[in-house]
Amino acid sequence: MKIVVCIKQVPDTKGGVKFNPDGTLDRGAMLTIMNPDDKAGLEAALRLKDQYGAEVTVLTMGLPKAEEVLREAMAMGADKGILVTDRVLGGADTWATSQTLAGAIRNLEYDLIITGRQAIDGDTAQVGPQISEHLGIPVISYAQKIEIEGDSVIVERQFDDRYHVLKAKMPCLITALAELNEPRYMTPGGIFDAYDADITVWGRANLVDVDDSNLGLKGSPTQIAKASDKVRKGAGEKVTLDPTEAVDYIVEKLKAKHVI
Amino acid sequence: MDFMLDKKHEMARTLFKEFAEKEVKPLAQEVDETEVFPRGTVEKMAKAGFLGIPVPKEYGGQGCDPLTYAMCVEELSKVCGTTGVIVSAHTSLCCDPIQTYGTEEQKQKYLVPLAKGEKLGAFGLTEPGAGTDAQGQQTKAVLDGDEWVLNGSKIFITNGKEADIYVIFAVTSVVTDAKGRSKKMISAFIVEKGTPGFTFGTKEKKMGIRGSSTYELIFTDCRIPKENLLGQEGKGFGIAMHTLDGGRIGIAAQALGLAEGALERTIEYVKERKQFGRAIGAFQNTQFQIADMATKVQAAQYMVYRAAMAKATQKTYTVEAAQAKLYAAEVAMEVTTKAVQLHGGYGYIREYDVERMMRDAKITEIYEGTSEVQRMVISSALLK
Repeated sequence: MKIVVCIKQVPDTKGGVKFNPDGTLDRGAMLTIMNPDDKAGLEAALRLKDQYGAEVTVLTMGLPKAEEVLREAMAMGADKGILVTDRVLGGADTWATSQTLAGAIRNLEYDLIITGRQAIDGDTAQVGPQISEHLGIPVISYAQKIEIEGDSVIVERQFDDRYHVLKAKMPCLITALAELNEPRYMTPGGIFDAYDADITVWGRANLVDVDDSNLGLKGSPTQIAKASDKVRKGAGEKVTLDPTEAVDYIVEKLKAKHVI
Repeated sequence: MDFMLDKKHEMARTLFKEFAEKEVKPLAQEVDETEVFPRGTVEKMAKAGFLGIPVPKEYGGQGCDPLTYAMCVEELSKVCGTTGVIVSAHTSLCCDPIQTYGTEEQKQKYLVPLAKGEKLGAFGLTEPGAGTDAQGQQTKAVLDGDEWVLNGSKIFITNGKEADIYVIFAVTSVVTDAKGRSKKMISAFIVEKGTPGFTFGTKEKKMGIRGSSTYELIFTDCRIPKENLLGQEGKGFGIAMHTLDGGRIGIAAQALGLAEGALERTIEYVKERKQFGRAIGAFQNTQFQIADMATKVQAAQYMVYRAAMAKATQKTYTVEAAQAKLYAAEVAMEVTTKAVQLHGGYGYIREYDVERMMRDAKITEIYEGTSEVQRMVISSALLK
């Protein structure tokens, strides 16, 4: 089985967020981590590898620095890493990103593509399903459990109050939730091997069946009008009351603020 | 010497730090308070490959260098001195001598499960009358047919009751030198837990590193196979000294971690703690103390890393290891003591980590060669 896992290097929110003048993130200036949903997707792929045997390729689009997140994934157990990086790809929204990743994946053999549900820097949850659309394969989103049965995957898709069990023939794409699993740690030896390994670097020229008009900032239908750091909420007010008094108290507060 | 770490070492540090914060720190206070060996943490470390970091991959290890191993002990000790010494004793004092002196059969049988973390290791040299003076050994081993018969006891053994495989030293003969003085010939042996005649004595109640299992090992007509002799007969003293050279790097890293941990806690504390309407970090005395602590910690880190790198590249690194251990241990004691002082009354309370760190730091000036022994080692190399 061949599994492609799409991962993204995202800002570590502990380190603060910095913006470029055009409102996009200044990714080069921020501390970074592997996007948590993607890490769960990688862990799911590595568990399938442990259980059924598989070759796991990790794919990312980003600055040259995004190579770090591929090495981290390889230190956890991924077999190959591919970095798609090119100046013309910068400033991509979800449409241009999914076009880019699909263009890269068209070079690869795969039975399963796993992406995270969404990235903590964009929170769109669009890229995974869009990739499946470009590639013309089924998608099962919000996976909380993944199993393989013959040439199909059986996935529990999470909802607020229930889950659906869906079965799809491979190849297909799954978007994973951070709650799917507890990702394993890298191993020290895995880190050394990951830094001895070669990372495949692709640019615009390596993307298959993608038009220039769908790439980078120019190919992005969504443009950022304005971006600002989130204003921190105050500490709030904490009161200890019995339930009846608490309801009255909250209702009074909401009335005072003209919410109700 | 390169003062910048390369990317793989930086990533390894990220791993050790993340593991320490998530898995070790939340238990540190409880481990100290209850004196219970953190078995669950050891199992997690085994899974993550932390119990065979410098061991080659063909023997089940991670194939990394001594620097990566030292960084692991450092990061673990930053949050829990007990966890740091468990890894250090296992790796430096048990895996290393088997890797260095073991036969291929011994490596396959013992080193592989040790490096994979399936088994835990320990080292038994110290006896009631033989601490700094290793020649004072009383434990004896006599060859009887195809077996060595061990009699005697070892004290203050780290990972004592929790280990599975032990490297044990015993007197195998007494010879007379050219000046007519008798000299004990010491040999090293690999002993498995569960061997008849091998039992445990008292569990030590310690000032610090209270979760580490420190026991007396007792050998009463304990018969081990002849092939469990480690290295050559009579060469055990050299094996012990070489092993301790490596062990000192592990303990130096533990001391460094304790100092760094105490410094981090203190920096957080002095920014928050207000007296006379100001954070105490705004007072010059505090600032100068912090500056001195941080400078010494940085110097200690360079010395520890230098010793670890020397182990990777040099045949002997006795002086580097002794200097790193001497300095890092004394810095650990000084910095943790200052950390308690800067915390004031709170520093004396067990809820605050620096109280535990100060107790943990003291042992680094004592075990695997006291600071006085390190001075002897360093000066004897310079004055020979």
